[in-house]
Amino acid sequence: MSTLLNVTDLRVSFPIRRPGAMPWAKPDQLRAVNGVDFTLRPGETLGVVGESGCGKSTLARALIGLVPATGKAEWIDGKDLLALSPAKMMAYRSDIQMVFQDPLASLNPRMTVGQIIAEPLTTHRPNLSRAEVKDRVKAMMEKVGLLPNQINRYPHEFSGGQCQRIGIARALIVEPRLIICDEPVSALDVSIQAQVINLLIRLQKDLGLSLIFIAHDLSVVKHISDRVMVLYLGKVMEIASSSDLYGNPQHPYTQALLSAVPVPDPTIEAGKTIVPLKGDLPSPMNPPSGCVFRTRCPRAEARCAAEVPALLGGDHGVACHFPGPLTEAEIARARRTEAA
Amino acid sequence: MALLDITNLSVRFRTNDGEVRAVSDVSLSVEQGETLGIVGESGSGKSQLSFAIMGLLARNGAASGSVRFDGDEILNAKPKLINRIRAEKMAMIFQDPMTSLNPYMRVADQMAEVLTLHKGMSKREAVAESVRMLDAVRIPDAKGRIRLYPHEFSGGMRQRVMIAMALLCRPKLLIADEPTTALDVTVQAQIMQLLSDLRRDFGMAMILITHDLGVVAGSCERVAVMYGGRIRETGRVGPIFAEPALPYTQGLLDAIPRVDQEDEELRAIPGQPPNMSRPPAGCAFEPRCPYRRPVCAEIDPPLEDFAPGRARACHAPLADVLARRITAELPEVDPIAAGDIPEAEAIPRAAVAGAGVAGTPSAPGKEAE
Amino acid sequence: MVIDQTKMQSLSARLVQDEVKGRSPWADARKRFFRNKAAMFGLTILVLVTLFAALGGQFAAWSGEELDFSVMGRVAELGAPSLANGHYFGTDNLGRDLFARVVQGTQISLMVGIVGAAIAVIVGTLYGATAGYVGGRTDQIMMRAVDILMSIPYMFVLILLLVMFGRSMSMLFLGIGLISWLDMSRIVRGQTLSLKNREFIEAARATGVSSFRIIIRHIVPNLLGVVAVYATLLVPLMILTESFISFLGLGVQEPLTSWGALISEGAGTMNYGTLWQLAFPLFFFVITLFGFFFVGDGLRDALDPKER
Repeated sequence: MSTLLNVTDLRVSFPIRRPGAMPWAKPDQLRAVNGVDFTLRPGETLGVVGESGCGKSTLARALIGLVPATGKAEWIDGKDLLALSPAKMMAYRSDIQMVFQDPLASLNPRMTVGQIIAEPLTTHRPNLSRAEVKDRVKAMMEKVGLLPNQINRYPHEFSGGQCQRIGIARALIVEPRLIICDEPVSALDVSIQAQVINLLIRLQKDLGLSLIFIAHDLSVVKHISDRVMVLYLGKVMEIASSSDLYGNPQHPYTQALLSAVPVPDPTIEAGKTIVPLKGDLPSPMNPPSGCVFRTRCPRAEARCAAEVPALLGGDHGVACHFPGPLTEAEIARARRTEAA
Repeated sequence: MALLDITNLSVRFRTNDGEVRAVSDVSLSVEQGETLGIVGESGSGKSQLSFAIMGLLARNGAASGSVRFDGDEILNAKPKLINRIRAEKMAMIFQDPMTSLNPYMRVADQMAEVLTLHKGMSKREAVAESVRMLDAVRIPDAKGRIRLYPHEFSGGMRQRVMIAMALLCRPKLLIADEPTTALDVTVQAQIMQLLSDLRRDFGMAMILITHDLGVVAGSCERVAVMYGGRIRETGRVGPIFAEPALPYTQGLLDAIPRVDQEDEELRAIPGQPPNMSRPPAGCAFEPRCPYRRPVCAEIDPPLEDFAPGRARACHAPLADVLARRITAELPEVDPIAAGDIPEAEAIPRAAVAGAGVAGTPSAPGKEAE
Repeated sequence: MVIDQTKMQSLSARLVQDEVKGRSPWADARKRFFRNKAAMFGLTILVLVTLFAALGGQFAAWSGEELDFSVMGRVAELGAPSLANGHYFGTDNLGRDLFARVVQGTQISLMVGIVGAAIAVIVGTLYGATAGYVGGRTDQIMMRAVDILMSIPYMFVLILLLVMFGRSMSMLFLGIGLISWLDMSRIVRGQTLSLKNREFIEAARATGVSSFRIIIRHIVPNLLGVVAVYATLLVPLMILTESFISFLGLGVQEPLTSWGALISEGAGTMNYGTLWQLAFPLFFFVITLFGFFFVGDGLRDALDPKER
């Protein structure tokens, strides 16, 4: 099966100037994304989960060219997107579009809905006539569940869910092959969330899109994704098909994450055991040696501090020296250390 | 007698563009040591309800009805009484810890101040007690860390500091307004665990306000579901989650994806929440309800008991809701777009914000402008 | 089901129906502005002052340049405001009609204020938006240049310019224009920096919209609120600066005049019983400043993004 996008060793770092340092001093590097590999097939949805600071949003922005990155991102035609000049990249920009987190903030308040949705179209297809642009915008509005006669309204006249539909319409108007969704539903109410998720799934099926779906809500990611990638401190911890990852998590971090998700069922909640993580997230300016998760891992040993674990295991990739389900004893020990 | 007794509490906001009914006719009670969850979406009035209880409404808000706490009427009571109760018997924690922490004061000074002021302790005793409280919320190295400023703590730790501060005077009731919404799941789990442990240790009651049904299922004994400023279903956690008797509750539970199950397509609730500056005449959920019937558009159903400890506000027969015998097939795309409001009736966002997501009470009057 | 039927019908009716007109943020702001009584009061004053400057000349019985020999030398007794001899505001010390002079002074002062503010708006907005949006080294260099210009005592330079190159209107505009945009560019840059990280700018960048188009279509329209507020507050500042220069005797050259020059003359003779020579120009000066400040406040309330 062909791959739409093949990412290898993607890295993003931000220079952070220490407060009070001289302007010419060499700034520290904040490694937001620290060597990420994955592949994406056409028509597939890849979910990306992780806690705040794990680099999932930066990963999205790197893929779309909003922040400079090193490594390789090979598109289906063999071109490395990260090595393209800005002019050459233009041709690919219409293939990759993005849906943002904050529905209202991602729309220019001074532009009408029609102008907002049309902007990618006028940028990439400058020879379309005005009437044609308008027709396409109206057709797209209908497709995402907006009334086409609302074309001249402004974003503030719409509710959050409708604004997100506008954002989706803007992403779809140039017929992309890949849409990167950065927390597209986390700002929405529960009842509206489901509307937007269903819309995304329907559109993806109808149009044969690939999705990279980034979210911190593990249940939403599970629902929408074919495969899921777990990030921690800019590194991939585990990547597997959705059913494998949720049904049979191998990495201790994935297990801790999953155990912490609240389930809307009092009987299950009463009986479940949460795997506690000790301490805080280490600073990405100065990540731990070896495995980045070892400082909080209930299973960490000396080898974890010395060696960086590789992402092994083919379809179910795990970056851990000691993968496998945590035992009752390990969880109990972790609880004791956390309480101490 | 219940610890907190709310009868017919209503909250209204005057805005430039008319009156917004944030909360209407809410009656509730919380027993000693009990945990009550209040669930609702943004704009359902759940936060304004708690602000009204605490006497923290923004200046353009007015509350009516009655709130009795531990025998005293505290709604619209004199500031002196409210202040005493707020300091000693009732405490509140927020989504953003920085709303209750002063960024320019050391944690030690802030915590000690509360105790010296209300308990008449000496500074030394107060600091010692504060350290004990930080220990209780499991902040490692509390003795050393108490000398830090709030911004030197991580998000989860800051939340713990705020909880410790709220518990200093050993309140009988803790109101937690979306305490974990801004936190990551692993931290959220820790904080919820901590809250339930502390509640048991201190024997206090808690009102947990949240939009997250999962959190409610894990930590509450009773639930009240709010929609459009009213409580529409109450009951014990088990039965409500197992057999929701209100179409809205049922819809919510159907709409959330679950991490522990293979769910097929999500059943979204179509449409948008109501705009409370123009409240509908009938049931606020009617436009989105698959069980609606003609009477729903005209009469707002009262909250009525239908089983021991359970009540709901709905015209549809209970059996129909439980058996999912729907009366109206709703299009997933709502025909009435929220933007589709006639010009004269359109309400600027500022007006809605006064009632909905609501500013923090630390800046009262902001919404009044 | 009946309700559904009608709803679906109205839906299909709406689909073929004409496009709904949007309510732009500007329209909202306008509504709020017109509801603000103080701002409307200020706006009324400004309209009246402008009308006075534009049409006042038609009503003057005398021109501002001819001398009324009948009052010359006895200004304190005969030059007082009077409808009978056509000197509605009295005469100045030389016997010139003060009404005509105030009309002319108003024209010049308003022009100085508006041109100065216009230069500030155009230059300052583009400069600040560019520096803020491009960022990095360009931003550093552009803003350090502003810092350097700001550290020059501009009043001193302005006076020096006027002394060296002679007093002329163009020199005055040049001098005021040179300094007025500095503050504006700083404010605009700050606003741009906060706008730049908003998601809608990211969305435009991700699509590949060119930087120039982003600045023009996305950044500048969202800056206009702040710019409009600051510009209305800048006009009186410019008028004040000009008045100060003219008060020192370095501003516009006779026979042209401005409020500052008139106030200066009036203040010089106030001890001789000709208080009207000070009072009339001062009155217009003060109400205009008030008007601008009220309008500026009203605009800020109307355009403040916090409201939305």
